Amino acid sequence: MDLVVNGARHRIQSDPDRTLLAVLRDELDLTGTKYGCGEGQCGACTVLLDGAPVRSCLTPAKAAQGKQIATIESLAQNGHLHPVQQAFIEADALQCGYCTSGMIMSSVGLLKKKPNPSDADIKSGLQGNVCRCGTYPRIVQAVRMAAKASNGRVA
Amino acid sequence: MNGFEAERYELHATPTYRFVPDRRDFFKVIGGGLAVLLVLDASADAQESGGAGRRGGGGQAMPQEIGAWLHIAESGAITVYTGKVEMGQNIRTSLAQAVAEELHVSPSKITMVMGDTMLTPFDIGTVGSMTTPVMAPQLHKVAAAAREMLLDLAAQEWKADRASLSIEDGLVRNKASNKTLSFGELTKGQKLAKTITPDARVTPASEWKVAGHDMRKVNARSIVTGEEKYTSDMKLPGMMFGRVVRPSAFKSSLISADTKGAEQMPGVVPVHDGDFLGVACDDSAKLDAAAAAVKADWKTVPQTNSRELYGHLKSTAANAPAWQPIEGDTHAEATYNVAYIAHTPLEPRAAVAQWENGKLTVWTGTQRPFGVRTELAQAFGISEDKVRVLVPATGSGYGGKHTGECAVEAARLAKAAGRPVKLQWTREEEMTWAYFRPAGVIEVRSGARRDGTITNWQFHNYNSGGAALRSPYNIPNQIAEFHGSDSPLRQGSYRGLAASANHFARESHMDELARAAGVEPAAFRFKNASDPRLRAVIEAATERFRWGRAEDRAGQGFGMMAGFDKGGYVSACVELTVTNGAVRIDRIVQSFECGAIVNPDELRNQIAGGTMMGIGGALFEAVDFENGRILNPRLSKYRVPRFSDMPEIDVVLVDRKDLPSAGAGETPIVAVAPAVANAIFDATGQRLRSMPLKLS
Repeated sequence: MDLVVNGARHRIQSDPDRTLLAVLRDELDLTGTKYGCGEGQCGACTVLLDGAPVRSCLTPAKAAQGKQIATIESLAQNGHLHPVQQAFIEADALQCGYCTSGMIMSSVGLLKKKPNPSDADIKSGLQGNVCRCGTYPRIVQAVRMAAKASNGRVA
Repeated sequence: MNGFEAERYELHATPTYRFVPDRRDFFKVIGGGLAVLLVLDASADAQESGGAGRRGGGGQAMPQEIGAWLHIAESGAITVYTGKVEMGQNIRTSLAQAVAEELHVSPSKITMVMGDTMLTPFDIGTVGSMTTPVMAPQLHKVAAAAREMLLDLAAQEWKADRASLSIEDGLVRNKASNKTLSFGELTKGQKLAKTITPDARVTPASEWKVAGHDMRKVNARSIVTGEEKYTSDMKLPGMMFGRVVRPSAFKSSLISADTKGAEQMPGVVPVHDGDFLGVACDDSAKLDAAAAAVKADWKTVPQTNSRELYGHLKSTAANAPAWQPIEGDTHAEATYNVAYIAHTPLEPRAAVAQWENGKLTVWTGTQRPFGVRTELAQAFGISEDKVRVLVPATGSGYGGKHTGECAVEAARLAKAAGRPVKLQWTREEEMTWAYFRPAGVIEVRSGARRDGTITNWQFHNYNSGGAALRSPYNIPNQIAEFHGSDSPLRQGSYRGLAASANHFARESHMDELARAAGVEPAAFRFKNASDPRLRAVIEAATERFRWGRAEDRAGQGFGMMAGFDKGGYVSACVELTVTNGAVRIDRIVQSFECGAIVNPDELRNQIAGGTMMGIGGALFEAVDFENGRILNPRLSKYRVPRFSDMPEIDVVLVDRKDLPSAGAGETPIVAVAPAVANAIFDATGQRLRSMPLKLS
C-alpha cells in the first residue's frame, strides 16, 4: 500500500486496516498528530484528507489511499509558519499544547471551507476538538485572526 | 509568606534518600564558567514542601538543600536548572522572565532545564500553585547574584570602578570607556561557584521590565509546528512498545496466568511478576493481539457503587462532628455533595524506560519527577542514584500526574525485554487506573442577625480535603473541620481540589443564608467581609458585571461568589439561561488578585482556562462506578467542556505590586460551581446542592 503524506509518496509496511494515526506516528514518525481518545471524540489526531479534516484514529489507513494526506508537519513552508499557526502563537491559544496540532488542522480545514467564518461557525467547526486546558476563547480569536490575515485564501 | 494549608492529598511521603550531586563534581558535569547555587534554609524548605518536607526525616542530618542553580558557560550560554516541570501552566516562560529580569538579557537567551533528577536540584513537585510564590523569587535571587558576579569580574578585568559598569542586552558595558564584554568572555577560564541564601536582594516588582509583562511562550513555535516531543512521541533505538494486562475491577488479585500463547508470538515478550501482567512488542501493531494472548484469572471483592457514595463517606468518617447550638435571628442548614471527577489530561500517561548497566532512565510526564524516582528505586530495589527521571513536554496534568505507576510499569517491561520500552496508557486506562479528585460531603449550619451579620458558622467536610476550609469572612464564631473517610475509589490531587468543594458549599450556603435573612447576596458578602483584599475582588467583579441590574429575559439568572485560596483572592459573577432544564452559561466575570502579576496575558489565559475547566465539574463531570469498575472511562461517556459550552469570559485583574506573587493555576477554578449554583437558584428557585449541578 502507498500513501501520499505531505506531498511525498510512502510505501507502507503496516496492515492496511491499521488506523491512519498509528501508521503516521509509529511507521512514518510523524508524531505531531496525537492520540487522545481513540474514538474520534477529542480531535487531537485530526489530519486533512484531500483538504477535509478527519479523525485519523478512526480512519483505516487504506481509506486514505489515493488521497492527499496533510499533517501538522506540512503547514510551515520554508520556515514560514502557516497563518493559522502564526495566529495560534499571537493569540496565545495554547497551554500544554497537546491538542494544538489537531486544533490547527481542524481550523485549517474549516477555513478552506469557510474563509470568513463567524464565531458561531468557528465554534461549531471545532466542536469535536477538546482543549482540556480550556483555551477555547483564545482559539476562536486565533481562527478569526488567521481568517483576516489570509484574506479569504487559506492554502 | 503563605499561611495557607497545603492540599491534604498532595502530602505524599517524602523520599527516603535525596541525591544531590556533589559540588566538587559540579563543573565536571556542567563545564566551566560561572555558577550560582541557591541554598535553602530550613524554613524555606518547609514552605516549599507544604510543611511535609521533613516528614519521616526524623531529625536525621539532611544534606544542604539546593533550591535552584544557574550556570553561565564559557560560550556565554545561560542555563537555569530547576526541578519544577512545565505542564502548560507556562512556567518555562515565566521563570525565564524572572532570570532575564535580573540578568538583563533576553529571555530567549536562557535555557531552562526542568524536572531532570540528574541535573536539577531536588524538588518536592510542581504542585499547589507554589512555583510562582516560591521558585520564581528564588530564581530572581540566583540571577541577581550572577549579575553581581559578572560585574565583579568585569571590574577586575578592566580595573574599573564597579559603579561605572552596567549590564544591558547580555553585555557588560563600561560607561567610562564604552568598552563591552560578553558574559562568555568574562567567564572564560573560570570555575566560579557562589552559594547564596534566600535573603539575597532582588529587583522590586515595581521596577520589573521583563517579568510582570506579557511574553509569548518560549516553545510556542515548536508546539504549533508539531515538533515538540511529548513522552508519547519519543522513539529510542531498539525501542519496544508496552501494554499492561489488567483485571476488569479494582482490588483484584491474580489467581493464575498463562503467558505461553504470547511467548510463542515473534517479537513479543510477556511479563508475569506477582500481580503484574504485561507484554512488550517490537511493533505497536502487535499490542492488541499480544495482550489478548495473555490469559489470566483474577479474583475480586464486592465494592461500593456510586449511588451509595455519599452515605458511605459519611458513615465511614473517622469522627462525628460536634455541632454547637446556633444563635442568631435566622438559621440555615444544608448538606452539599461533590462527585469524583477525572483529570482527563489530553495526553494519557506515558513513559519510556531504558536500562543500561543496572541504571534506569525513565522519561515520563509527571509533576513529581523526584517522587517518581523514589517509586522506581523502591519498585526495583535499587538506590536512587541509579535512577534518572526526565520530564519531556507533557499533555498536562491538573494534579493528576503526581504518581509513577506508568513509569514503574514501563520499567518492568523494559527490564524483561532487555530493550527500551514505551508504554502509553489508553484513554480508558487513564480514566480508570490513575486516581480521581476526591468526592465529598459537606454539612453546614449557620446563623445570622436580622441586619445580615453572620453570628455562627459550622462547616464539616467529609473526605474532600482541608484547603480553604475556613471561611474568609469575618466570623469569630466559626468551626471548620475536615473528617477523613474511606474512599471507595483511589483519590489524589486535582487542580484546586478541596478548595473547589469547600467554596461550592460555602458560597452556596452564603447565598442560602443571605436569602433566609432577606439580604441581597452581594450586600450580604460585603457586610461580612472585612479583609480589604476580599472586598477589592468583590468590588471589581460586581462592578464589571454591573451586578444588581434587572433580569431581562425568561430563564435568566444571576449568581455570584467570592473566596480565597493559595494566596489568590477571587470573585465571580455569572449570567446564565435555563431552558427546559438545560443550563447555558452566557457570561462569567471573574476578578482575581494574586499579588504582583508576573505575566498578565498568561495570567488571563490561566484564569480563563481554569474557568472553562471548572464548567465541567460544575455541570457535567462525575465518575460513575459499580463494583470496582468505572462505567464511563471514555470521552464519549464522560462529558468535558467543549466550544459550545464557552461563555463570554471577562477577567478582571487586580495587580498588587506591593505584595509577593502567588500562583494562579488553581484558585480560579473554584469560582465556577458556586456562582453557577446561585444563578440557577436565581433563575429557577431550585437550590442544587450536588456537583455536578443537575436540574430535575
